[in-house]
Amino acid sequence: MRTVIFRFTAPYLTALMVLFSIFVLLRGHNDPGGGFIGGLIAASALAIYGIACGVGPVRRALYFHPMAISAAGLVAAVVAGIFSVFAGTGFMTGLWVFPTLFGTEVALSTPMLFDIGVYLVVVGGISSIALALEERESD
Amino acid sequence: MAEIEATTGGTLALALPFIAAALAPLLKRIFGSAAAWILALAPAAAFVILAGFLPTVAHGGVVSFGYDWIPAFDVRFSFRIDGLASTFALLITGIGTLIVLYSGGYLKGHRDQGRFFSFILMFMGSMLGLVLADDLMTLFVYWELTSITSFLLIGFDHERERARRGAIQALAITGGGGLALLAGFIVIRELAGLNSMSDILAAGDALRASPAYVTILILVLCGAFTKSAQMPFHVWLPNAMEAPTPVSAYLHSATMVKAGVYLLLRMQPALGGTELWTTVLPLFGAVTLVMGALLAVRATDIKITLAYTTVSSLGLLVMLIGVGTEGALIGAVLYLIAHSLFKGGLFMVAGSVDHGAHTREIERLGGLARPMPITFAAALLCALSMGGISPFVGFLAKEEIYHALEQGDAWHVFLIGAAILGNALMFAAAFIVALKPFLGRLPETIHHPHEGGVTIWFGPLILGVLSLLGALFFETYHALLSGPMASAAIGAPVRIDISWVPHLNLAFALSLATIALGICIYLASSRLRTATAATLERIGWGPDVGFDQAMRGLLHVSVFVTRRLQSGRLDYYMTVTVMAITAALFVPMILTGTLPAEPQMPDLRFYEWIVILLILVGIVAVVIAKNRLTAIVSLGIQGFGTALIFMLLGAPDLSFTQFMVETLSVVILALVMTRLKLSPADHRPWREKLPDALLAAGGGAGFGVFLLAIAQRPFDPVLSDFFERYSYAIAHGHNIVNVIIVDFRGVDTMGEIAVVMTTGLAILALIRIRVGRKGTAEPDPTETTP
Repeated sequence: MRTVIFRFTAPYLTALMVLFSIFVLLRGHNDPGGGFIGGLIAASALAIYGIACGVGPVRRALYFHPMAISAAGLVAAVVAGIFSVFAGTGFMTGLWVFPTLFGTEVALSTPMLFDIGVYLVVVGGISSIALALEERESD
Repeated sequence: MAEIEATTGGTLALALPFIAAALAPLLKRIFGSAAAWILALAPAAAFVILAGFLPTVAHGGVVSFGYDWIPAFDVRFSFRIDGLASTFALLITGIGTLIVLYSGGYLKGHRDQGRFFSFILMFMGSMLGLVLADDLMTLFVYWELTSITSFLLIGFDHERERARRGAIQALAITGGGGLALLAGFIVIRELAGLNSMSDILAAGDALRASPAYVTILILVLCGAFTKSAQMPFHVWLPNAMEAPTPVSAYLHSATMVKAGVYLLLRMQPALGGTELWTTVLPLFGAVTLVMGALLAVRATDIKITLAYTTVSSLGLLVMLIGVGTEGALIGAVLYLIAHSLFKGGLFMVAGSVDHGAHTREIERLGGLARPMPITFAAALLCALSMGGISPFVGFLAKEEIYHALEQGDAWHVFLIGAAILGNALMFAAAFIVALKPFLGRLPETIHHPHEGGVTIWFGPLILGVLSLLGALFFETYHALLSGPMASAAIGAPVRIDISWVPHLNLAFALSLATIALGICIYLASSRLRTATAATLERIGWGPDVGFDQAMRGLLHVSVFVTRRLQSGRLDYYMTVTVMAITAALFVPMILTGTLPAEPQMPDLRFYEWIVILLILVGIVAVVIAKNRLTAIVSLGIQGFGTALIFMLLGAPDLSFTQFMVETLSVVILALVMTRLKLSPADHRPWREKLPDALLAAGGGAGFGVFLLAIAQRPFDPVLSDFFERYSYAIAHGHNIVNVIIVDFRGVDTMGEIAVVMTTGLAILALIRIRVGRKGTAEPDPTETTP
């Protein structure tokens, strides 16, 4: 698997794919995409990086343990739901604000936070499995 | 005392012990065992608040308050303070205050004293909630909380095996009874439509007339008898003596074990009086009374002696509640209060003796009167009350009991015989505990016996003095405590006028007979002890052994079932799972005759044909592949083909996801394959492959047919119309699929991502186990086959 070409291109490919996954995540509300698909793309990006360059660099690049990323995602999703309780509406009712940043109207919402949570759970969950499996290759 | 607003005051009283429990470890760290003085303020404050309701309650009033909990099911978090609840609550918080102080001294310097305070205060809060609860579900929740917190208390010395066993036994027995009680409450709610104690008491004869009466009664009795340690469920109580003494003094005097008695008294106006009630309860009660007292005299450890007298007293109470006449119930109430005071005191005395002399064995104790005078005084006061000597509250109770039972027929003669025998034995047990350790010569095995600090002797002395004062000021006692309690238990206002002045009547004569018999038993106690011990040894089996046998049997059954279901062989699991799925798909369709009609050949474009051809090629490649890795990759071809079809049919989201899932599953499967020590190819002969192939074909056909059946049903557009209309209007999203996932069905998604994460954790753990085996030779559970 570890051909020179693959090892050389993998980091760029991974970076592009992660960027694309975030793009897919954010456009998800109005166009095909979303947190789940985005998470899968990012997870496969990390898998490619792992296969090409070994698990160590991936873990270093991630900085956090993938399971911690996953847990953070779950917390984000729950927080997104609880926000609405404090706003006086039912649990998980979507809340929206449209602030203008740098002259552009930006739509921020609890469903978006929720979707980011889904993204993180999927990235963390799948890549922790994939990384753990790849790791055994090296020992 | 100023009138306290019911909701605020009641809620505060209920919450105080729990608040103190939360703060206990912190306070212990700051103040050491002196934290007991601060923590005791919580139950003391609750006591004061509850005493503030006395003027209302003593005149037959009821204080009630509550909150809605689950309105959809009419479940409320509601409470009700009447005479019965009030007296119980005062005993719980009053004795609770003394117990907290006592544990401050008794467990001084113990590593986990903070945790102990926490546990006992939590227990106190649960018990308080139990007696004050009105709504049945609220009561059940508190009932279970007492089981759980008493489990923690009994198992406090969790490093000793006997303490763990005692804790598990108590939890299994009282928790099991609690489940029966829950069933009983559900029957009451569903069949009789009564949601709370107020409803039940207001409904009069409704439960007795209900066709489910017998069911309800049996279930409620299961709950009450297990909690109140009636034979043969009593075994957990003596074994709970493994707990530190403050726990025994609290749980086995006024609280835990009285919960069952409380329930019986509470439900007596609604369930009592039937033939079943007046037969079953006195029978269980009488047997428990006599057997418990016999076992008490047999024991050599003074704490165990007290434990068995508690069993015996509970028997007496259940017997009296079963008799159910006005006099019997008054007797029960008087005895209950008296017992809470003297038994709490005597348990604390036993703890003080243990603390001062470092043993609780009756044969090795003696002569402690001189070094421990205050404890001796407390012990004497409590024992005089327990022995039913005037002028102590125990005397009032015993007079009333004999008075209530003195009727000529054979049944009452039997009951009164049991009461006399039991009381005489308890009389002897009381003085075995209160006299033997203190009189005689000080054995040489005891070094430097000493009185404990103020917190140690304060509690028992107060309880002993109260036992005296209650009888001396009997009018106040009856007006505030016993009278309202008895009225609530009877269901109609009654007056109690028994006093400490003996009258020459039959009851008094029976009382004297009891004392005489008790003195004889006391003098012959050593011989009686050897005799009962020998008899029990000859029998060799008791409920305690039975409990162990039942637990072992349970283990055997679960081991057997687990072995059968969890063979540890992956191919076995796969076979069973696929077979079950196939059956689940085909059987209902065949039984209901909803197999799909033969589909028509669809009119496909040429590029659609090409994709289908691609999928077929992928499948054929999987089947004929020589190498497992090739097969996995070929599986990917089929998946990508499916994704293409989704794309062509205009479902980009689905197609997108399918692509990613397919990619990742090929990658992960390939990784797993390379990790498993499998030969690269499947070398089994075709005969062995055939069943697998058939199974796979069956499963595939099942899903295919199922999908066809669904596709042939008329399309119901309600949901898709709804989503189409509102997706942008209220959820600001054009991508309906995404809006459903993150907004309309967000809670579903939350559950799913929780599952994703948990699965990730589980898989991670599985991989770790196999890694660990390489390094440290841990057993691999996946490879143990029967």
